[in-house]
Amino acid sequence: MARGTSVAFRGTPEQEKELRAWLAENKGMKGAALPALQHAQEIYGYLPVEVQRIVSEELGIPLEEIYGIATFYAQFSLNPKGQYKISVCLGTACYVKGSGKIYEKLQEKLGITGGECTPDGKFSLDACRCVGACGLAPVMTINDDVYGRLTGDELDEILARY
Amino acid sequence: MFRSHVMVCGGTGCTSSGSAKIMEAFEREIAQNGLDQEVKVIHTGCFGLCALGPIVVVYPEGCFYSRVKEEDVGEIVREHLLKGRPVKRLLYEETVEQDQIKSLSETNFYKKQHRVALRNCGVINPENIEEYIAFDGYRALGKVLTEMTPDEVIQTMLDSGLRGRGGAGFPTGLKWKFASGNRGKVQKYVCCNADEGDPGAFMDRSVLEGDPHVVLEAMAIAAYAIGATQGYIYIRAEYPIAVQRLRIAIDQAREYGLLGNNIFGTDFCFDIDLKLGAGAFVCGEETALMTSIEGKRGEPRPRPPFPAVKGLFGCPTILNNVETYANIPQIILNGPEWFASMGTEKSKGTKVFALGGKIHNTGLVEVPMGTTLREIVEEIGGGIPNGKKFKAAQTGGPSGGCIPASLIDTPIDYDNLIAIGTMMGSGGLIVMDEDTCMVDIAKFFLEFTVDESCGKCAPCRIGTRRLLELLEKITDGRGEMEDLDKIEELATFIKQNSLCGLGQTAPNPVLSTLRYFRDEYIAHIKDKRCPAGVCKKLLQYRIDPVKCKGCTLCARTCPAGAIKGSVKNPHVIDQSKCIKCGACLEKCKFGAISKG
Repeated sequence: MARGTSVAFRGTPEQEKELRAWLAENKGMKGAALPALQHAQEIYGYLPVEVQRIVSEELGIPLEEIYGIATFYAQFSLNPKGQYKISVCLGTACYVKGSGKIYEKLQEKLGITGGECTPDGKFSLDACRCVGACGLAPVMTINDDVYGRLTGDELDEILARY
Repeated sequence: MFRSHVMVCGGTGCTSSGSAKIMEAFEREIAQNGLDQEVKVIHTGCFGLCALGPIVVVYPEGCFYSRVKEEDVGEIVREHLLKGRPVKRLLYEETVEQDQIKSLSETNFYKKQHRVALRNCGVINPENIEEYIAFDGYRALGKVLTEMTPDEVIQTMLDSGLRGRGGAGFPTGLKWKFASGNRGKVQKYVCCNADEGDPGAFMDRSVLEGDPHVVLEAMAIAAYAIGATQGYIYIRAEYPIAVQRLRIAIDQAREYGLLGNNIFGTDFCFDIDLKLGAGAFVCGEETALMTSIEGKRGEPRPRPPFPAVKGLFGCPTILNNVETYANIPQIILNGPEWFASMGTEKSKGTKVFALGGKIHNTGLVEVPMGTTLREIVEEIGGGIPNGKKFKAAQTGGPSGGCIPASLIDTPIDYDNLIAIGTMMGSGGLIVMDEDTCMVDIAKFFLEFTVDESCGKCAPCRIGTRRLLELLEKITDGRGEMEDLDKIEELATFIKQNSLCGLGQTAPNPVLSTLRYFRDEYIAHIKDKRCPAGVCKKLLQYRIDPVKCKGCTLCARTCPAGAIKGSVKNPHVIDQSKCIKCGACLEKCKFGAISKG
């Protein structure tokens, strides 16, 4: 499952300062670890071990516990994501309307399998479970843009916009 | 005062199809036409008929515009708002009859619905507390705090017969009663489960997006009843619009003194914080949800002790689902008898369903308990598209099962669904037609539970994986008849021995499809054939040499280079190279390619 990434860590001192400041301020919050990791992922885009270590230090929670949380939830990624994150909904409503095929076609077009990122770092592809727009099934999202009522024929045109 | 109101749907479905831009266009066009003192544009919650989004409704006429595009807005403003002539070509066709415009409540989609939990969705601006207050908002809280004792509130809930809308259907009043001891002496919590994890269900999301204050008000009522001072709403981070509207609602409620200290001038103090989930289906289970709020891995805990005794941070806690809360202020205001007058003997009130899959009117519907599946699918849902036949409806998501066509007249309530081997669940209702393979659907749900099993207990972690492997064996064409017995034995074992609801219900989709669609399993095993033509390994694509004109389109389309043939001569598929993608079948203009 979730293993560490081979990509070199490129965190900046500014990012670290921002994270440490947030952690210092919210240290006393009940159940702070989960919001802390959510905040850290917002800053860095993913959660490499270097970032987990900062969270662990500041909150005084052992690293293995932090790692345990980071690998438990689907929202967290130990690998960097592409500039454009593509998520294909594989919720039930989308699945019966053929989103599985859309997902396959995208893997073929991008030359990567689900969970991976294209070599140029532009697109990453994931399956997700229900974005709640079942009326538009089958649905995919690219960052914050939602594309619905997909047939598969429009994928090239959509990808070309990015 | 405004003479007209333009309601633009701001639910997730319509937002996804561009309703924010339409709202901007309306504001721009209305200003340009000098109508901004006469017409007001309001961003509302979900209207329910998501299939026709983006939706715009103009009052006082109640004209229902569907699939509105940005370029249509100018015409609606100039014709309808300026000159008083509704733009008929953009109206929902069912509302136009012989040149007369019917009200929305007369259409098939809305006629049989009865909105209690969704009463304010699509009616008020969810980001304005005053609109909620104008529709009786926070009156129930005022009544409870000034006229009722906490025990009377609990008695009202018991009398109403309200059962939890999150899935299991436990009586809400009873849950509150269990947590009501030692009021004021110990720290207690009231939580709201807004971690709508069932893929294909979005009713809670629509309530939160369309009427967030109703949840805050109901949580405050619950807190008063059990003696809690702090509430948490655990909500999926994947629901950004709902999160934002809840944040606004909480700030407004605090500003108006409806959350915080000495609410309504009484001694009652209560506040609510949001906790964002991070994507784990198991966190819909109550003990796992609480562990997650505590900031840990969201693993469930054994029960007892039940959360009413020892829940969040070790304190007595009650947890109710969004839709359950959405019913509560109405029960307080109209009385438990009113609520109990709707529904069936043991399932009172209404239920919201997220209608999806192979059906015309996808969207949200709220109907009295006891409505039959036929009424929902054929009348409200408008039937199956493309002339296909109804095969089954799936309820309860990965914990539920299928209702086959033979049981389509079953009145839907908690107990009837359990009796036929499925469950209410949170209200996802996915319609399937003859092109859906039931073995594949069982496999789909099991892949989901295998992914989402937290791994704490072996029956669920290992058992569901072994079960999935058996299903894969069958869909790959390697199945044997004795596998069916193994599946049944293993499924029963997983149900009996898993720690929490996730594992205890995970085999349901398999058992239910095996019960009603055993013949499909047998076709996969004995005939090595998938009757619906879904399971790839059992498919063969063939070209009919009589129909094939030799146009070469299929050969050029095939990504595997598996099709051979020369111009104007029949083509042939090399089965050893074919990857069964179906691209050739989609492209053939002569219907010469078949699968089976």
